[in-house]
Amino acid sequence: MSESKIAKKLMSESKIAIELINVDKHFGAVHANDKVNLSVESGTIHGIVGENGAGKSTLMSILYGFYQADSGQIKVFDKDFRATSSRQSIEAGIGMVHQHFMLVDNFTVLENVILGSEGGALISQSLAKARIELTRLAKEYGLEVELDIAVEELSVGMQQRVEILKGLYKGARVLILDEPTGVLTPQESDELFRIFDALKKQGVTIILITHKLREIMNITDHVSVMRAGKMVAHRETSKTNPEELAELMIGRKVLLNIEKSKAKSGKALLTAKNLEIYNEQGLKRVTEVSFQAHSGEILGIAGVTGNGQGSLLKALAGILPLSKGSIKIMGKTITPESHLNPKQLRELGVAHVPEDRQKMGMIADFSASETALLGYHNDKEINQGVWLKRSSVKANCESLMQAFDVRPNNPNLMSSNFSGGNQQKLILAREFERDPEVLIIGQPTRGVDIGAIEFIRKRIIEMRDAGKAIILISVELEEIMSLSDRIIVMCDGEITGTVDAKDANEATLGMMMANALQPQDEPKGAKL
Amino acid sequence: MSDFFLTAVLTLDASVRVCVPLIFAAMAGLFAERSGVVDIGLEGKLLMSAFVAASAASVFGSPWLGLIAGMFASSVLAMIHGFASITYKGNQIVSGVAINILASGLTMILTLAWFKRGGITPTLQGDERFLSITLPGVDFIDHIPFLGVIYRELISGHNILVYLAFAIVPVVWWIVFRTRFGLQLRAVGENPKAVDTAGLSVEGLRYKALLIGGILCGIGGAYLSTAYNAQFTKEMTAGGGFIALAALIFGKWHPYRVLAACFLFAFLQALAIRLQGVIIPGIGEIPVQLIDATPYILTIILLAGFIGKAVPPKASAQPYIKEL
Repeated sequence: MSESKIAKKLMSESKIAIELINVDKHFGAVHANDKVNLSVESGTIHGIVGENGAGKSTLMSILYGFYQADSGQIKVFDKDFRATSSRQSIEAGIGMVHQHFMLVDNFTVLENVILGSEGGALISQSLAKARIELTRLAKEYGLEVELDIAVEELSVGMQQRVEILKGLYKGARVLILDEPTGVLTPQESDELFRIFDALKKQGVTIILITHKLREIMNITDHVSVMRAGKMVAHRETSKTNPEELAELMIGRKVLLNIEKSKAKSGKALLTAKNLEIYNEQGLKRVTEVSFQAHSGEILGIAGVTGNGQGSLLKALAGILPLSKGSIKIMGKTITPESHLNPKQLRELGVAHVPEDRQKMGMIADFSASETALLGYHNDKEINQGVWLKRSSVKANCESLMQAFDVRPNNPNLMSSNFSGGNQQKLILAREFERDPEVLIIGQPTRGVDIGAIEFIRKRIIEMRDAGKAIILISVELEEIMSLSDRIIVMCDGEITGTVDAKDANEATLGMMMANALQPQDEPKGAKL
Repeated sequence: MSDFFLTAVLTLDASVRVCVPLIFAAMAGLFAERSGVVDIGLEGKLLMSAFVAASAASVFGSPWLGLIAGMFASSVLAMIHGFASITYKGNQIVSGVAINILASGLTMILTLAWFKRGGITPTLQGDERFLSITLPGVDFIDHIPFLGVIYRELISGHNILVYLAFAIVPVVWWIVFRTRFGLQLRAVGENPKAVDTAGLSVEGLRYKALLIGGILCGIGGAYLSTAYNAQFTKEMTAGGGFIALAALIFGKWHPYRVLAACFLFAFLQALAIRLQGVIIPGIGEIPVQLIDATPYILTIILLAGFIGKAVPPKASAQPYIKEL
C-alpha cells in the first residue's frame, strides 16, 4: 500500500517524534480507534483529518494520557510510552490544546500556566519563575499575553495562546491542537498559523486535528485521514488535494460546493427594525440591528460565536423578548410591548431550527418519535382528548424519517442514539415538513458529517426555491458563503457589514467579523 | 452607660463562644466546596464528633483524647461522603443528607448502648473537659477603663479551642491562596478537567479537601461537647452545620468573609439569649420564640438579597466524570 510506503519513507528519512502502532480503543460497543498506525516526523506540522466521530480526538487523548488504549504500542521520540494520566505525557514532552480550553476561568494567566507544575509548596516562587519564563517564550514565539489578568476576561484567541504557552512552559516538544480555529476569526487563525511557523522553526512538532481541509492544505507538511475509527490514508500535503482528502474522509465522492440557481427573491416576509436584545443573563447582546428577509432568498448572518447572533436568533424565534425595536413577521408585529411566544410564531408559519440541537432541538432521553413532535404536540392529528395518539405519533415520525433519510429509521430509538447528522436531519424534517413560510436556522451543519452536510444544504436550497424566506446563522464562513444570497456580518451585537453573496470573499467578511474594516485600508489584523 | 458597655461586652463574649463550632464547620465546608464537593453533611459530622469526643473524654478522662476521637469519627464520615460522591460519583446532596441522618440516629443508639441513657453522655467533671485559660496580664490591664473589661471578659478566659478557631482562619486563607495545594484546590472546584489535563488527580484533591474538612468539623464537634458544654446531648448541634453552610455562602467562600458571617450569626444567637425576658416599652415582652427565630429569619433575608450574587465554585456539586 502506498500509505505504508510513505510512512516507511518518513521513518528512514528523519527522526520520528510520535509513533502509534496498532492502537485500539473501545467505548462500550463503539470501536473508537481500530488498530490505528501513525508516525509523526519531528519538527513538522502533521494534520489529522476526519469527520466528527472518526476517532481523531480519542486518538490524541490517548496520546495525551487522558484515555488509555485497550491495546497497541506508542513510542515518543523512540522511547516506549504508556501513560496512565496526563502527567506522564507532559513529562514525555507532549502538550495538548483541547477544543474546549482547559483553563480555570477565574485564575490569572500565570496561575493557569503553573497549575500542575508548580515546583515548590508555595506558589509565590513558582509564579515569579513562570513570569520570567513566559516573558521569554512570549518574545521567542510572538505569544504576548497579559499575565496578571483573569483568563475569563481574555478573548478566545488570547485564551488559546494561554493554552499554547501552558504546553510550552511545561516543556512540550510535541503540541497537539484539537480544532484550534473553530472559535477564531480568519485573521486570528492566520495569527495562529504564524505562531505555528515560529514553533516549527524552533523544532516543535505540531499535530493539528481539524475537519477544515483548507487549513490542512495551507499549513501542514503531512496529513493523515481517519474514517470510522480507522486510519485510512497518509499523504504528503503537497501531493494531495482537498477533493481527494474529502473523498478519503467519507469514503465516496462529494460535492464540496452545492450548485444553486439564482435566487428569485420576492416580497419581504420579515422586517426587523432597530432591534435591541438582552440575553438570559441580562446582558445586552444585540444593538440597533435592522434587516429584511425576502421570500425565495437565503439571508446569511455571519460572525464569530458569541457576537449576538445567538440572541438574535432566539428573539426571532420568540424565545427572547425585544427591549427595543420591532419585528414585522407575516403581517404581525412584535414589539417590546407585544411579544409573541414560540408557539404563536409557529402558528404564523415561522419554523426555528435552534443552534444547539442537543439542548434546544431535542430531548436526548426521548424517543425519536417524541423528539419529532416537540413544539407541535398540540396538533390535532396526534391528539385525542387529553391523550396522544400513539399510532399517529409514530406515523408522523416515520414519514419525517423517510422524507429526510434519517437512519436508522426506527421511531422508538432514543434520540441520543442517533448520530449528530441524523439528529439534525430529524429536527430539520420536523420544522421543514410543516410547510412554514419563514425559516430561522442556526448552525444547520455543526457537528454533522460531510455526507449529511451535503444533504442538508440541498434541502435548505430547495426550501428557498419553494419561495420561503430563510435566515441562516452559522459560524462556518464557508457555509454562509456557499448558501446565502445576501450576507449580514455581526460583531459585538451590531451589524458591521452587509454584502451580496456574489461579491463576498473570506478576507472582507473576516475583517467585518472583527469589525476591522475601515475606509482607509488598515493593515491586516491590526485591530485584533 | 458602663452597665450597657458591660452588657455589650458580655454579649460579644457569648457570641465568641457560640461562634467557634460555626467557624470550624464553615472552614471545613470551605475546603470541601472549594474542591467542588457540596458538604451538606457538616451538621452530621459536628454531631458525630460531639458525641464521640464526649464519650471518649468521659471514658478516658482526657479532653485531648476526646478531641482526637472526635476528629477521627468526623473524618470517617467525611470519607464515607467522599466514597459515595467522589469515587462512585453519587449525588453529593443525597450523600450529605445521609451523613446527617446517620449521625443523628447513630448518636442516639450509641448513647443507649454505651451509657444506658437516651441521647446524653455522662457529665464531664473538672479537667475531663477543656477549661478556660486566663491570659497573662489580666490583673494589670484590668485597671484601664473599658480596655480592661474588654481584655478580661472578651479576650481572656476562653478555652484553647476558641483561640484555635480564630487562629485557624488566617491559616486557611494562607493555605487556599498561597500554597500549591490551595491553587490546585481552587482549580479543581472551578474546572476539574483543567486539573485532570494538567496531570493532577481530581479525586485525590477532593479526598484531601474532605479529609481536612472532616478534621476541622471534628474539632468543632468536640468543642461543643467537651468545652462549651460538659456532655453530649441529643441534637446538640441545633442546626450549627447548616448555619455554617449559610455563612459559607454569605461569605462567598472566602475565609475572612466567612468568619465575619459566622460571627454575625453567632452574635444574633447571643443577642437572642440576652433579649429573653426584656420588656420593650409600649410593646411588652418580646416572645422568646420570635427571638430564637431571629437568626434564621435574618439569614433568609440576608441571603435573599443583601449580599449580592454569591457565585459558588463552578464545579460545585458535580461529580467529575472523565469525558471529552
